[in-house]
Amino acid sequence: MELNRTEKGSAVLPETKAKRNRKLTTDHLLALCFILPSIVLIAVFVYGFIGWTGYVSMSNWNTLVPDFSFAGLKNYAYLFQDYRFQADLRNTLVFTVLFIAVVVLAGQALAIFLDQKIRGESLFRNIFFFPMALSFVVTGVVWQWLLNPTTGVNLFLKKFGLDSMWYTNTDILAGFKWGKIEFGIPVAIIAVVIAAVWQMTGFSLAMYLAGLRAIPEELKEAARIDGASEFKVYRKVIIPLLRPITVSVIIIMAHISLKIFDLIYAMTGPGANFVTDVPGVYMFETTFRGNYYANGAAIAIIMLLFVAIFIVPYLISSRKGES
Amino acid sequence: MALKSISKPLLYLILIALSLFFLMPVYVMVVTSLKPLDQVTLSDMWKLPSVLDFSSYATAFTKLTPNLLNSFYLVIPATLLSALLGSLNGYVLSKWKFKGSNTIFTLILFGMFIPYQSILIPMIQFLREIGLYNTIPGLVFVHVVYGIPITTLMFRNFYANIPDEMLESAKIDGAGFLRVFRYIMLPLSITGFVVVAIWQFTNIWNEFLFAVTITTSDQQPIMVALQNLSGSQIVQWNVQMAGALLAALPTLIVYIFLGKYFVKGLLAGSVKG
Repeated sequence: MELNRTEKGSAVLPETKAKRNRKLTTDHLLALCFILPSIVLIAVFVYGFIGWTGYVSMSNWNTLVPDFSFAGLKNYAYLFQDYRFQADLRNTLVFTVLFIAVVVLAGQALAIFLDQKIRGESLFRNIFFFPMALSFVVTGVVWQWLLNPTTGVNLFLKKFGLDSMWYTNTDILAGFKWGKIEFGIPVAIIAVVIAAVWQMTGFSLAMYLAGLRAIPEELKEAARIDGASEFKVYRKVIIPLLRPITVSVIIIMAHISLKIFDLIYAMTGPGANFVTDVPGVYMFETTFRGNYYANGAAIAIIMLLFVAIFIVPYLISSRKGES
Repeated sequence: MALKSISKPLLYLILIALSLFFLMPVYVMVVTSLKPLDQVTLSDMWKLPSVLDFSSYATAFTKLTPNLLNSFYLVIPATLLSALLGSLNGYVLSKWKFKGSNTIFTLILFGMFIPYQSILIPMIQFLREIGLYNTIPGLVFVHVVYGIPITTLMFRNFYANIPDEMLESAKIDGAGFLRVFRYIMLPLSITGFVVVAIWQFTNIWNEFLFAVTITTSDQQPIMVALQNLSGSQIVQWNVQMAGALLAALPTLIVYIFLGKYFVKGLLAGSVKG
């Protein structure tokens, strides 16, 4: 690319051109030298280590002492039969669906509201954005107190006769028997979803606002001149144009929610009967508290596969879209 | 038009209600942290403190100061190093493309989405091997390595907006790879560095998984120490809230003063940029 471009400057004499070409090659070599350390680091510490984790996941290393003898898929088979892991799969699914649905809808709605030439718009924006600057640990600690079953928000709710117990509730809504567990919506998960939504809505709001600002004003004007009501302009023109942003928001939120660990660890832990347990927490506890390294590695690989299902197509399509 | 004039007050009502929901945790946090322990009762949660009591801040501050310092020792070098690496990578991948560079870029990007659980076991083995386990430099190393994808992405998108013509004229004047970087790219990268540094600062400060698995006791950064505060038998909620505020303060200050750049980083990090 760069080479072609210099050749277009045809006024250059042949010998200086040759010189420049040589210079460009040394510069290209230098460029390669500068990026090489990063390539090596990523190759080793991302891809190499994933491979190593995969190897551990197929070993018998379930004690303090490393044991790399081959176990095949034994650890995976164990996990899918495991009560706790089955609960984790249910919780991750429920958490991911609820979390993404609320973050997408709330972010989009708030962005449209804030785009109505609202007075004090930047103040509102900052109020919705600031939780993003906080750690999931801080969010977990604060919401643990706010949603404490015997206090906080519950004092209000109790006046209306609602006694939800939040994250200590072990009820499963719409439950039915599935494998070893009761499948359904654990009430306790809703408490964690509220905290996660509080923290991450600003993210989708920011993305939707950027998207709305990128839509040319003429487009809205044109629809209005055609006699469309404000509501119709949004439904027929604006919201369809925001669809690519929705895709991005869903994928980013999905990868956050599939690997969530710190928020739940700080706020509720695994919970009674594992109602708020997720693979991230299970992996941490079984590996670093229980020394079941091979089991922990298998959980990690399953988490990676879940994330890859969303991320790999997204990465490939966004790269293609660029070139 | 009629619809608009009716809906405007309603709109403000919704926005104000939601703002109250977003600010509610902050209110409870501040109020609780300013109460003496005997006033931190379940039924008085929403009430203002009868007297201002800063003792929970004193307690939290004494308990957390070493960990706050650890976090600064971690965040400052890790942020600077990963910003530097990111700018070099972004420069090469936007202005010195080579065969396969786009593929390499995509392969690097994948690294920012992986659950870090999937590299954690080998990473701890590796850090033990080279003697950096349970050290702040070990954590710095980890954050620099896994910061490469996001910083590279941000700088690449940033540099892509600098017109190639500017580089061409410098190259005709005989400037090479390093001179172009030093005299053209770097002076134009100040915003880029601010955005990346704020992003990395916030993320590394807030990070928990690496911190809790790679360090123990006196090497632990602030977030682990905050989590440990609740590990004791009786949870002193006032101290807990004061601690949470202290732990959140550095990133909140950065957000309050440089929020614009924080949001820029957030948008740049969503790949499409």
